[in-house]
Amino acid sequence: MNSPVSLVPLLDAHAIEKAVRRIAAEIVENHRDLSRVAIVGIPTRGVQLAERVAAAIGDTEGSSPAFGVIDAAMHRDDFSRRSPAAPVGVSRLPLPIEGKAVVLVDDVLYTGRTIRAALDALSSYGRPDKVELAALVDRGLRELPIQPDYVGKIITTTPGERIRVRLSALDPVEEDTVWLVRPRTEMPS
Amino acid sequence: MSRFILANGRILDPASGVDRMGSVVFKNGVITSLGDTPEHQDGDETVDCTGKIIAPGFIDLHVHLREPGQSAKETIETGTAAAAAGGFTTVVCMPNTTPAIDSTSTVAWIKERAAEKACVNVRVAGALSKGIAGEELAPLGSMAKAGVVAFTDDGHCIQNHELMRRAVEYARMFDIAVMDHCQDYHLVGNGMMHEGHWSTVLGLPGWSAMGEELIVLRNILLAENLDHRIHCQHLSAAGSVQRLREAKARGVKISGELCPHHIALTDEALAGFDTLCKMNPPLRAEADVAALIEGVADGTIEILASDHAPHCGFEKEVEFSLAPFGILGLETEIGLFSTLLVHRHKAIDFAKLIEMYTAAPARLLKLDRGTLAVGAAGDATVLDPDLEWTYDLTQSPSRSRNSPFHGWELKGRAVRTVVGGRTVWAL
Amino acid sequence: MSERQWTRKDLTGLRDLSAEEITLLLDTAAAFKEVGSREIKKVPALRGKTLVNFFVEPSTRTRISFELAAARLSADVMNISGSSSSLTKGETLKDTALNLQALHCDGIVIRHSAAGAALFLAQRLNVSVINAGDGAHEHPTQALLDVFTIREKLGSVAGKHVVIVGDILFSRVARSNIWALTKLGARVTLVGPSTLVPDRFRQAGVEVSRDLDAVLADADVINLLRIQHERQQKQYFPGLGEYTSLFGLTKPRADRLKSDCLIMHPGPINRGVEIDSEVADSPRSVILEQVTNGLAVRMAVLYLCLGAPHASHYS
Repeated sequence: MNSPVSLVPLLDAHAIEKAVRRIAAEIVENHRDLSRVAIVGIPTRGVQLAERVAAAIGDTEGSSPAFGVIDAAMHRDDFSRRSPAAPVGVSRLPLPIEGKAVVLVDDVLYTGRTIRAALDALSSYGRPDKVELAALVDRGLRELPIQPDYVGKIITTTPGERIRVRLSALDPVEEDTVWLVRPRTEMPS
Repeated sequence: MSRFILANGRILDPASGVDRMGSVVFKNGVITSLGDTPEHQDGDETVDCTGKIIAPGFIDLHVHLREPGQSAKETIETGTAAAAAGGFTTVVCMPNTTPAIDSTSTVAWIKERAAEKACVNVRVAGALSKGIAGEELAPLGSMAKAGVVAFTDDGHCIQNHELMRRAVEYARMFDIAVMDHCQDYHLVGNGMMHEGHWSTVLGLPGWSAMGEELIVLRNILLAENLDHRIHCQHLSAAGSVQRLREAKARGVKISGELCPHHIALTDEALAGFDTLCKMNPPLRAEADVAALIEGVADGTIEILASDHAPHCGFEKEVEFSLAPFGILGLETEIGLFSTLLVHRHKAIDFAKLIEMYTAAPARLLKLDRGTLAVGAAGDATVLDPDLEWTYDLTQSPSRSRNSPFHGWELKGRAVRTVVGGRTVWAL
Repeated sequence: MSERQWTRKDLTGLRDLSAEEITLLLDTAAAFKEVGSREIKKVPALRGKTLVNFFVEPSTRTRISFELAAARLSADVMNISGSSSSLTKGETLKDTALNLQALHCDGIVIRHSAAGAALFLAQRLNVSVINAGDGAHEHPTQALLDVFTIREKLGSVAGKHVVIVGDILFSRVARSNIWALTKLGARVTLVGPSTLVPDRFRQAGVEVSRDLDAVLADADVINLLRIQHERQQKQYFPGLGEYTSLFGLTKPRADRLKSDCLIMHPGPINRGVEIDSEVADSPRSVILEQVTNGLAVRMAVLYLCLGAPHASHYS
């Protein structure tokens, strides 16, 4: 795809780190008993962010909360529409899930369908006391009634735009950045 | 009476040793002259053969016409139409029909049918054993009187060597050659393809080359001891060629035949379980292909044929293990042998190719065909040795479509088939 | 997860698969194995899809495994056996399969005694065709679960010495294993009588040995194939007694294996023939884990193949 795009930086590494720490602090504020909290990342970048949130909590509170990964690919609602099948990864959760407050962590919240699939996946492990959602970026355009409890940045986007998250721990970039990718409609002069 | 003239071609007749530029004149169904191009007369039909070879009508001594009894696959009418389209003026039909050709009445039926419906000459091979069951002798004498030109249990092979010995002894009385489909049933077992690398990979039961060679050896033994002509059909294995070579060097009356698929393809063609490549004997390995070509080059293998074996589409559209063996061959054999033996491998020249389809089979079966001589039957095949063409299976006059050669690019083709002084097919 | 994608609608064998594709299958199977450890062992991925188990050649174990795999993916399953199908009335395999396709199923798992049967159907049908064993040709899911087990227990397949013992010539399990193992970089040695393990197999990139005792000490994995002395094999070896004494994994032989050598068998086991009863139950035997892994592998295969692009849905 070679259609021209313009990249608008939304968050730089410093802003991302601040957001992670703020989300961590809000989680601590909301949960009296951190031993019953599980920070669960949604692959791919949600996992990295979840690790950072859990580590940030550990920094301020002395011990990190339980950590997990939930791969929601097998629970998607678009299997027959999407070909080839979405790649699946291994999930691992701190069991049992009963009695825990699960905080799902994802990088970008968009239609809400990934979160719905993640909720579905979670239910095959048991019945957590509570499930909350943390997202680094909320770009709007929801298709399901799902809202984040913790969010780094809220921005308004249109369907043609994309959010590009690059984390130096995972991607071949020097610094963490979140971009807004806009298709360029006017011809370059 | 008007004349039909094939004019200004290269007249190439190995049987008589003629190789010269000129014209062949046909009148009343026979050849009346060959040599310098005659003056035009009123009523002459003249075909210009510049750049072409005028050869005696080609003979395919291994063809399954499927009548009586299997006309869904092919009839005498459609099979001979395919023969004509392939450049053949005479075919010898195999006896594994339903019923088998093991009685004078069946021989007569076929001759009658051919007289009505066939556009080329049909000669009949009679079965060696009753019902081709390999247990008792068929009425060889009566069939000889009825005019069969060969005896064979083709499709099957007499396993009882004593019976085969008696059959050969008996056939000798009538001076009719015995042709054999060389296959030892025990060594072959339920083999479906060549026993080699590919049968190992594909997990299909393999068919050892020894299964063919053993019977070739049996036949050499019988030909030598009984002093009678035995012809080994559709050879496929390097070992068979070697046995034949050694025996011929001793003067044994043994001969061999090659079908084009055995050098056009190898067992690798079966990698996708393509039933269009399931043959009996099977496609073998590169080493066998090389030995077969060598066998043709040094004269060990004397005769070329097709083993034209039509099968209905639905019969081949099944799991590999259930599919019948065999493919069509009449329309592609000259093109394949020309492309592979003459042009690509330069194993033989066109004169030799022609000999292997005319003088050699005529000599084996004592046919009154296979030569262009004054007074001879007016059968001729006009060849364009360098014509490049692509085989289009969909246009075949055969009832069946089981050929793996659709779309193949070939060089060399018969462009006109003349039977009894009349064109029965032209490109 | 990388950008690797599975694009084949069928799984007819492993011979034409790349190492990357096999690895993708194994990684996907790992994810599905985890599902089997959950409270609710079911995911909705194939909800509304219909799978037909068409076992022309009978089998209980493999069929149940595929049935359970489909059920755990929320698919509906229909079981048809050869004897209860219209094949007994003379209908051809092709016609039977076209009829199944006309019922708008999404996939057919086929086990058949004719080599090439799965490929035959895959070429003619628009739905996914999964080979559960076709004659002596291939049994891809069995080899995948074997390789998965090796990878899980030993960490990797590359560089491992895998010894396969038994009737290789007539074995689809052996063939599929040879392809999977060689593509993933294992060193394979086939062991058995010359009649059942001809030298020709060397051309497939494996070693051939007639002496089990000589290779035992060096094996990282020993995979025993079931041996039978039925009509087909009677001319290939004289009997089970002699087979066991030459090629059976007896207790004394098992004692000479490396301590971390895996003992595998595709099942069902002939206790006392290809493997001693005690050895089959020993800690190095992973035979039961193979079964568990088989379920995960089959879920992965169904998930990927039914999700792959199809040329056209229903003609």
